[in-house]
Amino acid sequence: MSTIEERVKKIVAEQLGVKEEEIQNSSSFVDDLGADSLDTVELVMALEEEFETEIPDEEAEKITTVQEAIDYILKHE
Amino acid sequence: MPRKRVVVTGLGLVTPLGNDVNTTWEGIVAGRSGIAPIEHFDASKFSTRFGGQIKDFDIGAYLPVKDARKMDLFIQYGIAAASQAIFDAGLECTPENADRIGVAIGSGIGGLPMIEKNHQLLERSGPRKISPFFVPGSIINMISGNLAIKYGFRGPNIAITTACTTGTHNIGYSARTIAYGDADVMVCGGAEMATTPLGLGGFAAARALSTRNEDPCAASRPWDKDRDGFVLADGAGVVVLEEYEYAKARGARIYAELVGFGMSDDAYHMTAPPEDGRGAAAAMANCLRDAQINPEVVDYINAHGTSTPAGDIAESQAVERVLGSAAQKVAVSSTKSMIGHLLGAAGAVEAVFSVLAIRDQVAPPTINLETPDEGCRLDYVPHQARSMKIDYALSNSFGFGGTNGSLLFTKL
Repeated sequence: MSTIEERVKKIVAEQLGVKEEEIQNSSSFVDDLGADSLDTVELVMALEEEFETEIPDEEAEKITTVQEAIDYILKHE
Repeated sequence: MPRKRVVVTGLGLVTPLGNDVNTTWEGIVAGRSGIAPIEHFDASKFSTRFGGQIKDFDIGAYLPVKDARKMDLFIQYGIAAASQAIFDAGLECTPENADRIGVAIGSGIGGLPMIEKNHQLLERSGPRKISPFFVPGSIINMISGNLAIKYGFRGPNIAITTACTTGTHNIGYSARTIAYGDADVMVCGGAEMATTPLGLGGFAAARALSTRNEDPCAASRPWDKDRDGFVLADGAGVVVLEEYEYAKARGARIYAELVGFGMSDDAYHMTAPPEDGRGAAAAMANCLRDAQINPEVVDYINAHGTSTPAGDIAESQAVERVLGSAAQKVAVSSTKSMIGHLLGAAGAVEAVFSVLAIRDQVAPPTINLETPDEGCRLDYVPHQARSMKIDYALSNSFGFGGTNGSLLFTKL
């Protein structure tokens, strides 16, 4: 069973078309991984799907890095 | 102000016969069919279960896969064909010419696969599951939009949508844009991917499709007495048009000159043409008048020829009406007999074939034409391609809504 961190990174890699090894916990989706605003919307949808949760828009806006995504999932699991 | 001359300098194709110009054209001249059973979704409940699908398509050759994922297939096909045409033309976008290069690539229907998928998501899981890329990934002008982004073309950017006349209208409009001086180069044509459950089901419900499920390759049989409708197909065709002096100055290879464009409407019925083909005739006559040539100089007509009972007769009548006694000696063929009907891409793909017919001095065949129907009296180049003198080639397209368009190409 993969850890939450591994699952988040896998989704980020798939959604943003980057290699998993290029993804750091501190990576910013927009600044480091080349996402635009629509990419981040879709990324959050993919995280919701993977972790069977619903991330409200006001929370989703605060998730801008890989670590922030991991933290959100851990907190709401 | 005298109008400027317009020439064809680049060609690109994605068709059921191949994902480039050479493979497709080889198949066309050899008289091969690209029609096959539908396998990309379960078509078992449909009255028609075959079509002209694109096989082994790799968008990775033209776009980063990550970007392509946000674009429905018709956009991917359009960008592939356009990229081929731009490469073929040796066209480079620079700070000096970027404002003078435009794009006009349309689609008859647009992003049906994404519409179907996102509607399913909405019904099953609610509005929060609709993709943020649904709208920009499915609307019709996004081939033109994405192509401008890819290459930096800052000239006119448009996508005309006129059902099955889309490709022809985009090319004709582009020629006018250059002739009028609004651009030096236009990348233009059409693309389609409508062999989806809704697309197939919708055309089947309109009783427009052949149901020859037992023999798909023989289903598209324009002018044959046993024809029973058209064959739905996917793909894209794009041409690069240039102002003649501009093309000459940069040493571009010139395939042909686009000398005429004509339009009309039947003003008759949503889907059916009038039996005498008067609307089709008007588009052809307008095209010949635009070119200021006499009808008898036309050597070859790439017909709309969809294999529908009414349409094929109407077009034959129209050719007789416009060409008069010259109708008896003109070669008329339907390449749809081999690749099916690509809807909004059809006119563009057939413009490419018309240009290649002039280049190679060969008229493509109409396959599956065993017994011409009553009222179909022209020389349809049955079964086999024919080497012949082709100085002028006319290409026809007719669409739902009664909209008609004709293009005339000539050897330079």
